Amino acid sequence: MDWFLIFSRAFEAGIGSEAIIYCLAAIGLNVQFGYTGLLNFGQAAFLAVGAYSIATTVATFGLPFFLGVGIGLVLSVLLALLLGIPTLRLRADYLAIVTIAAAEIVRIIVRSVALKDTFGGTDGLQEFAHSFYALNVFPAGQYSILGGFIGFDHRGMWVLLVGWVLVALVSVILLFAMKSPWGRVLKAIREDEDAVRALGKNVFSYKMQALVIGGVIGAVAGFIFALSRSSAQPDLYSTELTFFAYTVLILGGAARILGPIVGAALFWFLMIFVKTGLEEAINKQVITFLNVNQVGAIQYMIIGLGLILLLIFRPQGIFGDKREIALDAR
Amino acid sequence: MRRAVIAFTAFLGGLIFLLASGPATAWADGESVKGTLKSQGQPVTGVKISVTDEGGKPVGDATSNAQGTWEVPVPSAGAYKITIDQSTLPAGVSLRFKDRSTLTVQVFEGNARNVLFALDAATNQSGEKTPDGTAADDESDAYWGRVAQLAFEGLSLGLIIALGAVGLSLIFGTTGLTNFAHGELLAIGAFIAFFLNTTLGLHLLIAAPLAVLIAAAFGYGQDWLFWGQLRKRKTGLVSMMIISIGVALFLRYLLLFLFGGSSQSYAQYTAQEGIQIGPISATPKSLVIIAIDVVVLVAVGLALVYTRIGKATRAVADNPALAASSGINVDRVIRIVWAGGTAIAALAGILLGLSQTVNYQMGLQVLLLMFAGVTLGGLGTAFGALVGSLVVGVFIQVSTLWIPPETKNVGALAVLIIVLLFRPQGILGRRERIG
Repeated sequence: MDWFLIFSRAFEAGIGSEAIIYCLAAIGLNVQFGYTGLLNFGQAAFLAVGAYSIATTVATFGLPFFLGVGIGLVLSVLLALLLGIPTLRLRADYLAIVTIAAAEIVRIIVRSVALKDTFGGTDGLQEFAHSFYALNVFPAGQYSILGGFIGFDHRGMWVLLVGWVLVALVSVILLFAMKSPWGRVLKAIREDEDAVRALGKNVFSYKMQALVIGGVIGAVAGFIFALSRSSAQPDLYSTELTFFAYTVLILGGAARILGPIVGAALFWFLMIFVKTGLEEAINKQVITFLNVNQVGAIQYMIIGLGLILLLIFRPQGIFGDKREIALDAR
Repeated sequence: MRRAVIAFTAFLGGLIFLLASGPATAWADGESVKGTLKSQGQPVTGVKISVTDEGGKPVGDATSNAQGTWEVPVPSAGAYKITIDQSTLPAGVSLRFKDRSTLTVQVFEGNARNVLFALDAATNQSGEKTPDGTAADDESDAYWGRVAQLAFEGLSLGLIIALGAVGLSLIFGTTGLTNFAHGELLAIGAFIAFFLNTTLGLHLLIAAPLAVLIAAAFGYGQDWLFWGQLRKRKTGLVSMMIISIGVALFLRYLLLFLFGGSSQSYAQYTAQEGIQIGPISATPKSLVIIAIDVVVLVAVGLALVYTRIGKATRAVADNPALAASSGINVDRVIRIVWAGGTAIAALAGILLGLSQTVNYQMGLQVLLLMFAGVTLGGLGTAFGALVGSLVVGVFIQVSTLWIPPETKNVGALAVLIIVLLFRPQGILGRRERIG
């Protein structure tokens, strides 16, 4: 068992691009679920919209990269409006069902054979990240952190820099936004919608704003997802992505600025720790009753079990406050 | 750093070695082309496929087996032409694109390349070109024949969705839980039957009822040991909904862990010749499936209306507090609903596995269709779930007339969203439930 390898890979994942992507996706959910109490189960759709906006604009139509970013932001606002209008007046589980359905619609459309020329079918799209990496401030080469314990190449370093700066930026904005009167209205809607309505606030409009902002942050996560891999593949944006983002959020603590950040880092550290650990144990014949192909399944079973146990025994996660989580909404 | 790189490279090398020699690719020593021929989810057997290299030199032939799969090894990486012999296709099955009987594919080193031939049920052979001038009439006949065929398939699919959706709706009605793990209850039923059928070698006619019984016990136990305990702890409904997602993830990947990722079929009744009834071509098993669906749904409906426990169930769904105060044991009713709901979900899963294939992801795929059916009919009403599911099933299949089949679920899910826009309570729902 090479413990050095296991720990270095786990730490790399804890600060790596996966952590950034799930962190941003979970921050979006935090605005919607954590602060406002909206159950958006279609966050994957917003990531897909972000990723495919860049990919399609650059790879299919040959237009500039930043136009793709703009299109992604606009489309994610439109998608949020489209989902919000029919469902935000209804009970929580309707929004959940509609958003999960919308996420599947987006995924089925971008992977369809009929639109292969535009979206690339199940293979997805590649060759669109040149402009992004052309801005790279790191010269080509390998970079080691903590005396060689973990390391990334120059492309990885660029993704990390952009990603974590975005996370910090969004978090600081939200920190101030949630302390403002506007943020207090959102939290009040989570606690008692009718009371807020009685105070003369337009609940529907506030909920819609939360849905739009969370969706836009999701699209930003989608940008990073596509750019860090230089490819956009439809099946990465399945409903499971949304559920993992929820796990990240609940692990860190909903309705807390630090919740998604710590949640994402810890989630990916544990995921890769388990994965690399099991693979090492199997390769070194420490565990003989499993094979490497089963490791993925075990990883996901642990996530499912973790989500169940968290909600039963510690729904507030690491940082949260139990009274502040919208778990009784009907 | 260097040590990490070396270790990582060694690890990757080991991984590739292991993967290359793993069971998934063990039979594909070197390069090959392979594929699975399916029409309407049914394997198509006995179809001849020939492979030539780019210059037209023959490389090999294959005939699809009982599972519809075929494979031709090729000597090296490169481009190959794959031709399907259309004359060997069984009656009632044809290529979707008649001009694409030969495909050119690139095979990479060490790669078993999948080749897909899209097959359709040719419903009305007379719809093909006729020598005399009545082509227009025949075309319209063929069109309506196709509509009838798709509506029939939609009805069959809708009835299976309805079986699953009735349980989902009853559990929602009595406990308020939107159970995201309900799709996995179908998958588990299908896999228990699969295990009894293939591993223990029981005939499907014995394995299926046994699987339904086991599933009923599983449902009862699930409420007794898990959901019931959560209700006692006064766990919130949103909390329970997210817990059900955890349960779904756990069960889905447990199935992947135990049974692997490939699609499987039962040992009996896999490939059947279609019989022609008017404009519709149906396999005997699809008729039996519809009969079972109808019988079970009618039985559930009658039980809900006429039996004591059925009346109690509706009372609990209506108002649990009032039901409890009039002497109904609410917990017992809920437990029976869980057992019954899981049992019919398992039956739905087995029938779905029989008409398509058994796959660990089948639960996720059918869950959204059940949600669509339940929402369309009205959340919490058993009869609404039935009507909504039938509409969803027929709509999905008939919509393939206008949209590509691989996007057919889009239509149903879009309808779900549009219905919520105009009639949020669904077809049979009541206004006060939507709050």
